[in-house]
Amino acid sequence: MTDAHTDFEPRITAFVCNWCTYTGADLAGTSRLHMASNVRIIRLPCTGRIDPLFIIKAFERGADGVIVSGCHPADCHYTSGNYHARRRFAVFHDIMEFVGVDPRRMTFSWVSASEGAKWKDVVDEAVANVRELGPYDAYRALAPDAQEPWPAATEGLAPAGEEVAS
Amino acid sequence: MTDVTTAPAYVGVEDLRRVARELLEAGDVRVVIGYEDARRGARPVFVSDPAETDKLIFDTRCVHNLVTYLNPRRDHVAELGKIGLVVKGCDVKAVAGLLREAQLSRDDVVLIGVRCGGVLEENELPAALALTPENVAPRCYGCDNREPTLTDHLVGEPQPEPPRPVMTIDERVAALDDQPLEERWAFWTDQFSKCVRCYACRQVCPLCICEQCIVEKTQPQWIEASAHPRGNFSWNITRAIHLAGRCVDCGECERFCPVGIPLSLLNRKLQHIVRDRYDYTVSDDPENAAPIGDYRLDDQQEFIK
Repeated sequence: MTDAHTDFEPRITAFVCNWCTYTGADLAGTSRLHMASNVRIIRLPCTGRIDPLFIIKAFERGADGVIVSGCHPADCHYTSGNYHARRRFAVFHDIMEFVGVDPRRMTFSWVSASEGAKWKDVVDEAVANVRELGPYDAYRALAPDAQEPWPAATEGLAPAGEEVAS
Repeated sequence: MTDVTTAPAYVGVEDLRRVARELLEAGDVRVVIGYEDARRGARPVFVSDPAETDKLIFDTRCVHNLVTYLNPRRDHVAELGKIGLVVKGCDVKAVAGLLREAQLSRDDVVLIGVRCGGVLEENELPAALALTPENVAPRCYGCDNREPTLTDHLVGEPQPEPPRPVMTIDERVAALDDQPLEERWAFWTDQFSKCVRCYACRQVCPLCICEQCIVEKTQPQWIEASAHPRGNFSWNITRAIHLAGRCVDCGECERFCPVGIPLSLLNRKLQHIVRDRYDYTVSDDPENAAPIGDYRLDDQQEFIK
């Protein structure tokens, strides 16, 4: 973490599939795993449903980083949705890097329904990466007059690092 | 600077006219779409009268990809009846693309292939020029389809290889790749900020086939419609990735862009991505499945945690 960004709380949008990662994230919660609270989850039927435009839209709406996660290969509820998504995101990942988007702002992962602990790691790592990169001011500069569409990342939530009574 | 001279007459042009005339006379096609010489240089022409086939030409000014007339969005062209289409090696890959995606029936078109040795970057010239490194369309360098196989007729003699342009598209892509991330961002956002959202790139593309483009969707609106840097970024990236593994590198989007956005660099980068990741090169074989919409169990996933 650089000094300049110590008081910066990243806003991260996660696009996750209903069958694996959403359930995995749920498991992380019911297991009382402690993780960064900067992520807003959007649940979709399958990673195959996630259009790269979703990611662009998240950046447009003020996200500093994005997580995309779904079932491991061979585990897709719809057999092949994640395989199709994998190709689409590979192309998108590479072309975004070509036009100057730092790939560390886009985290792709496979998290199964039993991998609550992995979800915690994915979230913590994504938050740490984006925290180090700082706010995505470069993207916001494309529309400097736009309103801040989101409340501050941690508003209304327990501050990170504070134990929640169980 | 190399001497710019007039190109020698294209040897196959009489064959081209004969094939077109015979197709029209026999009633095999209702219209032949080819090139003619006009006030501002070569331009597309529709010929339906066999007596007018002498209008047809082919030379280094014939840059246009006429396959755009087969695009299902242009069903008013299909209404003319069966089409005879003059195609270069690059153009015929777009026909294969339409066939691959079931947007065209092979019986709907007769392909008159012309052996092409490259075209000029600038087509609005009174006479065809011989190609030099300065005037050749950069995409012609390294052309891999100089003997098209999908065509019904193939006219002209084997042509010399197109000259190497002063700077190839691959070299320009590599130069961008070598720049730091921030400079690439500055370069592309600056380029995209010029976009006036005329959608000429989409209109001219033979493979932009959606009946309703995502950019015109308003509920919800995925891509901001006004010519504004943020929406422009979204639009240009979306246009590019929708052509990933499909683009045939005919260069029409960049040629038609009124503000000169170097779209061919984006397109070429995507070609590199699908080549490096999926060993895929776009060809004129319609049986060769495109990489997006296909998958392998062991696809690379080094970017996925």
